[in-house]
Amino acid sequence: MDITDQLNISRRGFLKLTAVSATVAATPPLVARAAVPDVARAPVTQQVAMEVNGKPATLSLDTRTTLLDALREHMHLTGTKKGCDHGQCGACTVLVDGRRINSCLTLAVMHEGSKVTTIEGLGTPDALHPLQAAFIKHDGYQCGYCTPGQICSAVGVLDEIRRDVPSHVTADIGAKATFSTAELRERMSGNICRCGAYSNIVEAITEVQEGRA
Amino acid sequence: MKFDTPATTNPIDRLKVIGQPHDRIDGPLKTTGTAHYAYERHDAVPNHVYGYIVPATIAKGRVVNIDTATARRAPGVLAIVTAKEAGPLTKGQYNTAKLLGGPEVQHYHQALAVVVAETFEEARAAAGLVRVDYARSPGAFDLAAAKGRAVKPEDGQPDTAVGDFAGAFASAPVTLDAMYTTPDQSHAMMEPHATIAAWEGDKLTLWTANQMIHWGKGDVAKTLGLPPDNVRLVSPYIGGGFGGKLFVRADAILAALGAKAAGRPVAVALPRPVMFNNTTHRPATIQRIRIGATPDGKITAIGHESWSGDLPGGGPETAVQQTRLLYAGANRMTATRLATLDLPEGNAMRAPGEASGLMALEIAMDEMAEKLKLDPVDFRVRNDTQEDPEKPGRRFSQRNFVQCMRKGAEQFGWSKRSATPGKMRDGAWLVGMGVASAFRNNLVMKSGARVRLGTDGRATVETDMTDIGTGSYTIIAQTAAEMLGLPLSQVSVVLGDSSFPVSSGSGGQWGGNSSTAGVYAACVKLREAIAGALGMDAASAVFDDGKVSAGGRSVPIAEAAKSGEIVAEDSMEYGDLEKTFQQSTFGAHFVEVAVHAATGEIRVRRMLAVCAAGRILNPKSARSQVIGAMTMGVGAALMEDLYVDKRLGFFVNHDLAGYEVPVHADIPHQEVIFLDEADPVSSPMKAKGVGELGLCGVAAAIANAVYNATGVRVRDYPVTLDKLLDRLPTV
Amino acid sequence: MKPFTYEKASSPAQAATAVARERGAKFIAGGTNLLDLMKIEVEAPPHLVDINGLGLDAIAPTDEGGLRVGALVRNTDLAADARIRRDYGLLTRALVAGASGQLRNKATTAGNLLQRTRCPYFYDTHQACNKRLPGSGCAALGGFSRSHAIVGVSNACIAVHPSDMAVAMRALDAAVETVKPDGTTRRIPIADFYKLPGSTPHVENVLAAAELITAVTLPKPVGGTHVYHKVRDRASYAFALVSVAAVLQPDGSGRVALGGVAPMPWRVEAAEANLPKGAKAVTSSLLAGARTTPQNAMKVALVERTLGAVIADAGA
Repeated sequence: MDITDQLNISRRGFLKLTAVSATVAATPPLVARAAVPDVARAPVTQQVAMEVNGKPATLSLDTRTTLLDALREHMHLTGTKKGCDHGQCGACTVLVDGRRINSCLTLAVMHEGSKVTTIEGLGTPDALHPLQAAFIKHDGYQCGYCTPGQICSAVGVLDEIRRDVPSHVTADIGAKATFSTAELRERMSGNICRCGAYSNIVEAITEVQEGRA
Repeated sequence: MKFDTPATTNPIDRLKVIGQPHDRIDGPLKTTGTAHYAYERHDAVPNHVYGYIVPATIAKGRVVNIDTATARRAPGVLAIVTAKEAGPLTKGQYNTAKLLGGPEVQHYHQALAVVVAETFEEARAAAGLVRVDYARSPGAFDLAAAKGRAVKPEDGQPDTAVGDFAGAFASAPVTLDAMYTTPDQSHAMMEPHATIAAWEGDKLTLWTANQMIHWGKGDVAKTLGLPPDNVRLVSPYIGGGFGGKLFVRADAILAALGAKAAGRPVAVALPRPVMFNNTTHRPATIQRIRIGATPDGKITAIGHESWSGDLPGGGPETAVQQTRLLYAGANRMTATRLATLDLPEGNAMRAPGEASGLMALEIAMDEMAEKLKLDPVDFRVRNDTQEDPEKPGRRFSQRNFVQCMRKGAEQFGWSKRSATPGKMRDGAWLVGMGVASAFRNNLVMKSGARVRLGTDGRATVETDMTDIGTGSYTIIAQTAAEMLGLPLSQVSVVLGDSSFPVSSGSGGQWGGNSSTAGVYAACVKLREAIAGALGMDAASAVFDDGKVSAGGRSVPIAEAAKSGEIVAEDSMEYGDLEKTFQQSTFGAHFVEVAVHAATGEIRVRRMLAVCAAGRILNPKSARSQVIGAMTMGVGAALMEDLYVDKRLGFFVNHDLAGYEVPVHADIPHQEVIFLDEADPVSSPMKAKGVGELGLCGVAAAIANAVYNATGVRVRDYPVTLDKLLDRLPTV
Repeated sequence: MKPFTYEKASSPAQAATAVARERGAKFIAGGTNLLDLMKIEVEAPPHLVDINGLGLDAIAPTDEGGLRVGALVRNTDLAADARIRRDYGLLTRALVAGASGQLRNKATTAGNLLQRTRCPYFYDTHQACNKRLPGSGCAALGGFSRSHAIVGVSNACIAVHPSDMAVAMRALDAAVETVKPDGTTRRIPIADFYKLPGSTPHVENVLAAAELITAVTLPKPVGGTHVYHKVRDRASYAFALVSVAAVLQPDGSGRVALGGVAPMPWRVEAAEANLPKGAKAVTSSLLAGARTTPQNAMKVALVERTLGAVIADAGA
């Protein structure tokens, strides 16, 4: 095994840097203990009522159930995807009370009274939402797994621009937010597409935006 | 049907449906969330329970004790399967490490157990209660350190040589000898590996995410000791693969074992943070490239050596592959060496071999052009070859590489590039342009299909081919529509079921051409049956506009099936045309980047790919394949790097926050140009692959653009700002 | 994720009391960091107290001419507020440089201050990490440390604080308002809010058990040019390698805080006196005593160069 002491710190340079000087074993120890005790606590079930795609839904759920798993596993609304379950990909994006969020990082029981819109609530194969139609026209997807999240996110993005929410690329945050390709790319960056359909997704959303303008 | 002589004119050449930029036929389902992926088959398996993986947390060693007692008592738990409970399992043909480890641990996050419970939350919590004691063994985790112990791999051609490389290189007036490295990379497809398994007696059905259904069926059977006929795989929609789903992975085996133990269907998805070390990855490489040339830029010697590592029994990254074919030069050598490493299993990721090899070779070509004071486009053009440089006389079936370069240079405004680096500035940003060649061999695979003509006149194609985002559904429908003279809307396509005829599957950019050629073969047979049913001469019958016409008679195609469905099945097999012709795909990538003069932040501004890849079956979905590959190339160039902890032996940044892949903001508008080609040597479709070609060379074009912008040559990927910082202009 | 009981709080003090009642109980607001960590059992509270209904979501003027930002104001809403954009542009800039649109719609002002590190060894529960499991060691030392801290570190921990917002808050001299279970309130200047790791890297701030953040206050506007420059490999949706928050005045004076370099938002007020002398002088006092690894030593030059760019930007 090649082990170099990674802690030999340069003392060169104007700052006279010093080393992080812990004496560290070549290979850190195994951590057999967990941070939490090994007890099997009993699950807790709680009832929650929300409105999903315009229809009331009352569910009795484990408190641990995320909104994402409530949709996918309990309501069988599998259009909302689980890509990472940690807020790192955006595939689970849904609209809650009109705002886009990662449904994997919120508990279902926290959504008493919420109005949730998923991809299934935006349109159907026979009655497509304009964004769904534009994604098809511009081939803004390949494998399709991130697609519902991209489309829900795009609904949120267009609304956020209308509501004058600034972004990282907004040149003048004192002025009203406006639509541009650069704005779209920045604002859609929470939705990863590993197939790499980004260029087409931007064209699809732009077409819908221009149709509204 | 056997394809052993170049194609002549056939019904596909009409290009009424094929070759047209049709929207994907699976689009309405995918955009509305109604295409059901592996983990989403509540329709097919209404009462499944949940399995959760227990992964190993050492890189190498043994399980001393695995304590499942607490977990077994946890609420909702139905079964726990470790290697002990599973009994003897055979390693699959396509796997290097076992999919269920223990007591031996072969790599970090190798599966050691599956915990099955009524709910997902219960299974996940109980998996956290399984306690494993290990005895850790030393392992080899550092490719650079293991390089000296690397050996010739058993398979393939570890050494190739033509002429006198050493002599020619030594005497060449202009030479380059440089080392390059590429890091381990992860497929990071958006859909995690996932499977629902259900047993009926000793018959097993897996709804799973798998690119190669037939391989998968065989390896599931082999692993579990079942007759292959007892295993069915169903995989109609796959959330990306890129090679990561070529083979059966732990999700499928854990689901099958869990379902057997629990007596209930079980769903297992790999948690994202486990995927990076549990599944396969593109192995890191160390590459040495030597090029010798005359002062006027003719290559006289070209040598490419590559070192990579893998677990015992694994294989090398064949990064030298393209160097055998891409450029002329009388004296050549390649060498491929394989070191034993105890990291997770290395295997194919999109354009295995060429993707890594061109990352190095195409920087080397840029460096060589600079030494020769030649334009990098011109230097590449001067070294074109129309025949296999190792076997003079063996011609490329088609090679429009020079046209790709010239067309791209013109379209991109290459003439505006400053030959001297660091000269173009836009405010705080240094601007540069880069070019690289794209090259990927075209492979053909036997592929079968069944086509039914229903009594309603609709055609249905069935094949175990998969669509991993490539557009298989659509081009297969287009093929059948063209062959049968039907509108696209009259064709249905059903994919990804092992009960259908065996196809090429999706891999190696062979799927588009090969699977449609199989559909072509089945359609030829169906046309004969239809003509027969209508009392027409099959050879002269014309299928067009929903009608079949021959001998002055014209009848609706549905007539043929009025007394019952007509079914035909066939495969396309290939002769030995590759002996006479080298089949490859070609392209040129042009990139403009901006590098922040103070911080070294790198942003891609423009990208263009020109591709010569035979007939383009659907320009819309093919273009998407190429822009997607270009996007993956941006990741390879600028950010993707599985960081190896060389003490602990695992990929540290094992989630999507740590392993960065490009986001929207990284990707500019992308242009793709396909040269108008049809290659009669490839298949009756006259098509070749594009899905991997689009990735080949992109990263080097970006690295070259960064050099052109800054004058800083980075030979170790990814090209990150810390590698530029000390040589950027003072602030 | 371990099972937990769940309740919705009815008032800030009641929330604090509810958390105090059960050992290990936690507040949940946006949940974007807590649930992430609960899924991998870095966090395993037996009880969650949901504070979303408490109405702590207003942005209101203070008597001192500043603003009081409710603990539950979402990152998106804080960034979009007209007063923030006009008078505390640095804060808007920092907020929109962080995370993604979806996460900013959920993440709260208080939660953002309390974000845990993104150190991959902290996230991998079977690796040594003194922050997650005191006494287990630090696997980042000698391991992957490119994104880790270079100042304020100890031999026990080199993890970096991941927040962008907190860096701006530090430069703007924000203060944290809290309530304890007994109903007492206090105001903690952000300069005193975070703790360096020392030998107890699991203790990250001065909050007492069950002490609830109710608001973050901003003093009256200081004017000047506000610049937040976040440097990262990926163009968006990535944590900072280095970020520089600066408020620069026409006379050459100003304030500078750094992200991505320390276990807390990093500001050395004394260094700011060097602003007229340029980035090198400021950096050398800002990063005095830096302790680096071979992988993250580049951050020293990166800070200086980024600060140089920020000063140039502000002058432009």
